[in-house]
This record gives sequence, structure tokens and C-alpha cells, in this order.
Amino acid sequence: MRIAVIVFPGSNCDRDVHHVLTNVLGVEADLVWHAEGDLRGYDGVILPGGFSYGDYLRAGVIAAFSPIMREVRRMVEEGKPVLGICNGFQILVEAGLLPGALMRNVGLKFVCKWVNLRVENNETIFTRRYAKGQVLRMPIAHNEGRYYIDPAGLKELKEHNQIVFRYTEPDGTFSERSNPNGSLEAIAGICNRRGNVLGLMPHPERASEAILSPYGTVDGLEIFRSILELGG
Amino acid sequence: MKRAKQLKLNLTEEEVDHLRRELGREPNDLELAMADAEWSEHCSYKSSKPLLKLLPTQGKHVILGPGYDAGVVDVGDGYVLTAHIESHNHPSAIDPYGGAATGVGGILRDILCMGTRPIALLDVLRFGSISTSSHSKWLFKHVVRGISDYGNCVGVPTVGGEVEFDESFERNCLVDVVCFGVGKRSDLVLAEARYPGDSIMLVGGLTGRDGLHGSSFASAVLTEKSEQERSAVQIPDPFAEKMIIEATLEAIATGRVRGLKDLGGGGLSCALSEVAAKGSTGVEVDLTKVPLREEDMHPIEIMISESQERMLFIVQGGYEEEVAKIFRKYGVRCAVIGKVTDDKHMTIKRGEEVLARIRADLLANAPIIYRSAKKPQYIDELRKAPKPEEPRDLAQRLLQLLSLPNIASKQWVYEQYDHEVGLKTVFKPGQTGAAVLRLPNGKFIAVRADGNSKHCFLDPYNGAAGVFAEACRNVLAVGTEPIAMLDHLQFGDPSNPEVFWTFSECVRGIADYAKSLNIPCIGGKVSFYNEDRVSGKAIKPTPVVAVIGLAESFDVLTKCYFDAGMRVLVVGETRSELGGSEYYESIHGLVGGVVPQVDFDYEKRLHRCMLKIMNLRLAKAVEDVSKGGLAAALAEVCIKSGVGMVIDLKEVPHRCERVDEILFSETHGRFIIGADRRDESRIKRICASFNIPCETIGEAKGDDLVFESGVRRIEVKVEELERAWRSAIPRLMGDEV
Repeated sequence: MRIAVIVFPGSNCDRDVHHVLTNVLGVEADLVWHAEGDLRGYDGVILPGGFSYGDYLRAGVIAAFSPIMREVRRMVEEGKPVLGICNGFQILVEAGLLPGALMRNVGLKFVCKWVNLRVENNETIFTRRYAKGQVLRMPIAHNEGRYYIDPAGLKELKEHNQIVFRYTEPDGTFSERSNPNGSLEAIAGICNRRGNVLGLMPHPERASEAILSPYGTVDGLEIFRSILELGG
Repeated sequence: MKRAKQLKLNLTEEEVDHLRRELGREPNDLELAMADAEWSEHCSYKSSKPLLKLLPTQGKHVILGPGYDAGVVDVGDGYVLTAHIESHNHPSAIDPYGGAATGVGGILRDILCMGTRPIALLDVLRFGSISTSSHSKWLFKHVVRGISDYGNCVGVPTVGGEVEFDESFERNCLVDVVCFGVGKRSDLVLAEARYPGDSIMLVGGLTGRDGLHGSSFASAVLTEKSEQERSAVQIPDPFAEKMIIEATLEAIATGRVRGLKDLGGGGLSCALSEVAAKGSTGVEVDLTKVPLREEDMHPIEIMISESQERMLFIVQGGYEEEVAKIFRKYGVRCAVIGKVTDDKHMTIKRGEEVLARIRADLLANAPIIYRSAKKPQYIDELRKAPKPEEPRDLAQRLLQLLSLPNIASKQWVYEQYDHEVGLKTVFKPGQTGAAVLRLPNGKFIAVRADGNSKHCFLDPYNGAAGVFAEACRNVLAVGTEPIAMLDHLQFGDPSNPEVFWTFSECVRGIADYAKSLNIPCIGGKVSFYNEDRVSGKAIKPTPVVAVIGLAESFDVLTKCYFDAGMRVLVVGETRSELGGSEYYESIHGLVGGVVPQVDFDYEKRLHRCMLKIMNLRLAKAVEDVSKGGLAAALAEVCIKSGVGMVIDLKEVPHRCERVDEILFSETHGRFIIGADRRDESRIKRICASFNIPCETIGEAKGDDLVFESGVRRIEVKVEELERAWRSAIPRLMGDEV
């Protein structure tokens, strides 16, 4: 199993994801520069968080046209796991690999804090180590994380069980307070129909070592573990 | 050089004379402008240098003290921690967003140009009252947004900070940034050009007209015209900075980078003279090689422009292309603009034409100005201010105190900062006073910056020493040992003897504390002229002290969370020292009284005592006592722990006459400790062995914070305390709660 972590100009969680893969999980992983990329030989790809191209124009929109995205697209078509975290999620949406849009947070401010996520779909290759309805703790850190999709799109998302994570209270219930950015239906993460592309705003790599969690939890680690279980 | 004449210079007559004497001829306009930038107070420390010599700079961890872009301490196993403190006060006062953002950018490059990766930022902010002034609210909002947008984008976490509101900052907000970096000792690079023949490369953004005279602008008081000087504020581009950070670290890894300096105050002129003076060499540059943003820039403008996101690289001759290739990969512009020479001069050319030629050390060493100092009259008068009446409803006062912006939760601020990126932040903002970060060698550092302008105004000596003591308490409270400090000294116009007296007292206070506690100063900054002509007022003296604590292992790290059933102990005696306290100033409207005094011998014993308790892991929770006194500290602990406490005030070691004094006095040298019943007596025995007062004052239980004094009983629901504490700033800033 070998994972590529893409480095766009302005990515800033690339080394963090790489650290979790290599030092915490002991997986082979490489940082792959967006311009020289060829993803042959990789079994999965992660688009990390950050501010690719400074979020200029619109978050993720410039990176979506980067040379490496052709390769990412090929991986998607081949059914390989493709995970986009935060800015990586925004890039996947801008590249049309996931539906919907990520808009400015409802409070018009950057928000960095730990939130609770309810697992809505545990049948993806990223989430099968969770129980359905399980509540996870992970931090968010973004300015443009308010998920939106038109009513027809939302209907489709639901029909194909593509809503993977929702923001909730610690007990799994919803409140206005538990939705940190005003996302439609408190959506925090979605997948494509085939289930091999996952995008989420929270940072699982920041919730993968007990020492870094205010709760001593490692809820994010299971996403990476699930990918590894695929083998390759 | 007609345009040059129009550029107004701040050089004094004596300074021009000095230049003339040293050169043995009339300096030309370009040389004058270069001296003007370099000899500005901001760059030269010409007023403060003699006093700053009081600060001790040596210590067992210190590799490099003040004088470079950042201080360097040894954290073991071949790793070093770099640290620096800076401010961007004047720019932020007229352009809060751009000023604050570029302040962050500047300090990141200071850390970067030591060859270390920036790993954390702290922000120390000062504004006027956000309860009464919409101007201050505007500044506060946009300064925080500027820091947030810049720090978040470059991917360096802002792990903590401190905010104080006081009317003296209404026109002159203070925006201080502390930055820390980590690297291998073997990768350190200095701002020196040591080898003649090496190439000088200018890397990063284009040189433009933004930031012209930034240093001179920062070295004068703000006037009614300052609003029109927005061109002196640079334009932030965090994405460009991020590319420079990655490209620089990759370039250093080639081993061909022999010197590195960021372009900050004074622009190219300052950077060139410093690398030459420090390396005992000379430099020769051709201005036609400098990539410009605008075509028709005058040589003076090119030399003193403070355009952001630029670095000066000294690259081993013959390896320019190897380094340039890395910059191209990141889309970072670079140009060889000249070479290192052996003639100890700075030679500025346009093609073959020599525009300026001046000794590098002459420029790098401004003539010192010895300022006179005079104790202001108000100091003795205000000290004698009569005590206010003790109010009846102390529970109500406590709630009022918790909702003061100076004491209330700063969640509104730190939630806008990414404090997690980099996977190093172990104790995060809101959890503990000091942030704790893990290092690559398995050790931990705690970082904290403190200031207290209200104390310093009334008693600069004890105020400044007290600020230092408070920062130390914060790093001790999480279980780390203070190993080094940085200071940032912010005052009004130094030519005013009363201002200069407060400056001198503050430096003395900090130096005496540093010497007594054996905590070396590894860097600092001085910012004068924080006053404006409109109101004719200077800011209150605002020394800020940042302290670095080190812990060998995770086991000793402690938070401030109490479980029900835990015993509550207080360390240290409470004295009637309410001068400059939040209680006097905001509840009673009284500016005056006796400021908390610092007892250096006691502090020494206290540090050793606390480290012993922490290292034996006897304390399950620790909180330091500062603003708002014992009552505010206990209230915050209850809020964070989600548990009540019953406190017997008769048990608190004190020398006070009234209950409100015990509750709200800001006496230094105190901690609250949470301990299991079985460890209680051991903690007290350790304290006794250091001759430090320590008593059990209560227990964590229930849902209310209760103070009993025999005659009075004060009782407030923790829920109510929390509402007051958490909602105050969002409410003032117009956000829903």
C-alpha cells in the first residue's frame, strides 16, 4: 500500500497528513508536488488542507486545474480511494469530482475548533471502521466550509447515501450551535456515488494522536486505517 | 535628484554632521536616505541601547542572544528553538488589517532567515475600550482578521496571545507578534555575508512603493495626517510568503546558502548594511538588477522600500543556478543583484554609475542618543489614592468583573486562528494560560506572553517585573521550567523625559527579575512614539514579556481542570495590592493605589517549589492568579472544569483588611492547585520547605462557586459565571452568543 499526498502551492497540512500516515500508522507515503506528478504506483491519494494558491479567486478553484488533477481523476475512475480534507475537499468540489459548493461560513469568520461529527454512512471505504450514528470528535479550521447544494442535488445525495458526516451535538442531536459554519443540513462530508471519493471539512489528521486531542481521542485515525485495509 | 528632496527625512542635524564627519564629505541624497532609514529609532535602538545592556543574555540554553533576527536556544538532541518578538503598531493604527497581517509576515521571515521553520505564533494586542469606542472595535476586529488571514494561510498556528483594552490605546493600538521556530542546530544560518565573491540574491516579491519610509513612519508620533500615510503600510500576500518559506527551507538544504536576511524595516538598505557589517565585508549591488513593481522608481525608493515578502540570500559563488532552480519551482522570483566584497563598504550602483558608497558599519551603527529621564509627578500622587468603599453585593461584582473585556474569554479571538496546523499544539488556547507544543525530540515547550499596562502606568518598575513574573507563572502552571525570555518595550516619545523615565524603570524591573531568576533575554524590540498629536497622549507604558518554558516529558504537563472532590489549595500570600487592578479601575473607576510588588527572593523560591511539586506530579490541576485576583482565577477554573467550589476565605493566607481585597487583589506569586486528598499534606510540606505559604482553602463540588468568610457568604452559579465570561466579547463585537 502506497499513498500519495499531493502538495499544491499553498497546501499546509501536507506534512501533517504525511506524518500520520508514516509515523503513526507506518504506511508508505510520499509528498507529491502538484506539477511533477504521476500517480502511477500509488494505491490511494490524499488532497490535504491548506490554502492552495492562497485561496485567491475562490478556495480550491485554481488547484482544480493543476496538472496533477488529471492523474487524480484517473485514480477516481479506477476506483482507488481519493480523500480530500478541508482545502482538499474544496478542490474536489471545484474539480467536479464531488457535487455541491463550499461557501463562506455563516459567521463570515474563520473558525478553528473541535466539533462533533455523526457518521451517516459507514459503508464507504473510508468509514467502515465506524458504526453508523457514531459521534466523532475532530477539529475544523476553515473560512469557507459552508456546504451547499441545490434541492435536486440534495435529493440525489440522499438517494445515493452520499452524506457521510454531519455536524451534531456530542449526543448526536442537531442544534444551531452544533453547526459551526451554517452548512446545509449540517453536512460536513460527502462521497461520490461510487463511494471511493470522500471530501470533508474537519481534519482527521489532527484527531489521530491522543496527545493532540483535548479529549484524548483518536477518532480521525480510522479513516486512514480504513483506506489501508484495502491493501494494494 | 529632485524627487529625493521632496522625501522628508527624520535625521537630526547632529546625525547629518556625524555622517559628514565620518564620510569626510557631503553625503548625497541617497546616502542621507539610507542613513535616515537605518538610523530611525525603529531600526537603530539609538535611544534604548545603553539601557538594554542591563538585560542578561547568557544562559545554559542560549546559543544566540539579541542582535540577530531571532534568539536561539538549545532544546537538546541537536535541535534548537528560535524566537523573536516584533510589533506593527503604527501601520495597524491606520490600516488594521494590512498592518497586522504584514506584522505576522515580517516576524515569520525573521524566524525563517535563521534557517528554522516557523512553528507557532503568539499575538499580544492592545486597543482602546471596545465597550465605548467604535473606532477601537473596528481596529480590534480587523487586526484579528489580518492576523487570522495571514497566519492561517501560511500554515503557522497562532497558539495563544493576550489582549488588553485601555483607553490609552484609543489612537495607538499595539499589535505585537511573537514567533517560534524549530530546526537542527547544524542548519542554522546567520544574517552575515562572510565570504567575498559570494552572490547577493534578492528573493520574493517585487520592490514597489508600498512601505516607503515605514521605519521612519514608525519612529515618529502619529498626527492628523497619518491617515494619508497608508502608502507607508505594506500590502500583505501570505501565499507569496508561504512559497518563500518552503523555497527558502529547500534552498538552505542545498548547503549553498551562506547568509540570510529578511527585508523588514529600512528595506534593502538596512539588510545590506547589516549582513556586511556583521560579516566584516562589503557589498556591491546594481539597482538595475532589482525587480521592480513600478518602472520609474527612484534609487532612494528602491533602497528603502519595505515591500513585503522579500529575502536577501548570500549564496556561495558558482551555485546561484542550483538555488535559483528551487525558487523557480515555487514560482518565487529571484535575482542576483550584486556580490560580497572585501572593502567593508556598501556600494550602490546603477549600471556602472556609483550612486552611493558608504562604510557598512557606519550605517549599521547609529550614533547613540542619551535621553534624560524624570519621574512623573503623578506616580507618587496616585499611589496615595484612598481606598474605595467595599461594595455589598460582591457576587454581582464578580460577575461584572468576569464580563470585562480584559478578563472575559478570548474565544472570539482565538477561534479565528488556526491553532492546530502543524500537529504540535498539545495544550491549546482556552485550555491553559500558556500554550504547550511538542518538539521533534519528544520534549515540550510552553510559550506565553504577558503585559499589564495598568500596573506599569502606576509603578513601571514593579509593573514590568510583575509582567515577567506573570509570564513565568503561566509556563510554570503547565509544568515547564522557564528557560528564556523576550521583551517588547512600548512607550511614547522618548524625548519626553517622563516617558523615558518609565522606559528606564521598566527595563530595570525586567533586568532585575531576569538576573535574580537567571532567565536570559534572547531577543526583544523597542517601539517608541506610540502617541498621537490629536489627543496629545502617550500610551501607558507597555512592556510585554514572552517566556519559553521547557519540559523533558509529557508526564509533568498539567492543565487546570478540577474534578469534583479535588481539594483546592492556594500557594502564596494575598496582600492588599489593588493598584491598577481590574477591580479598582473598572468596578470603582479608580486609577491609583499600590501596585503588586515583586519580591525577587520569594520568586526564586517559588519557582523551585512549583517545579518540585509539578515534577513529583502532586498537582492534578494548576492555575496562576493574575488579573481579577483569586476570585477571577477560581471562577475561570470552575467554568473550564464544569464544577463548583466551596472556598473558605478564612483559610487564604493573606494580609488584607477586607473581603473584597482577598478576592480581587492581583498580588504576584500565587497559584491555585487542585490535588487529591492524599497529596495535600505533601504539597504543603514542600511549600513549607521553601518558606512559601500554602493552605487548603476548599473543595471542588456542586454547581456553585461559594466563598465563605464567616461574616459573608458569596454564592454564584457556575453557569452564570460562564455566561458572563463567555458572552462578553461576542456581545460587544455584535455577534450572536
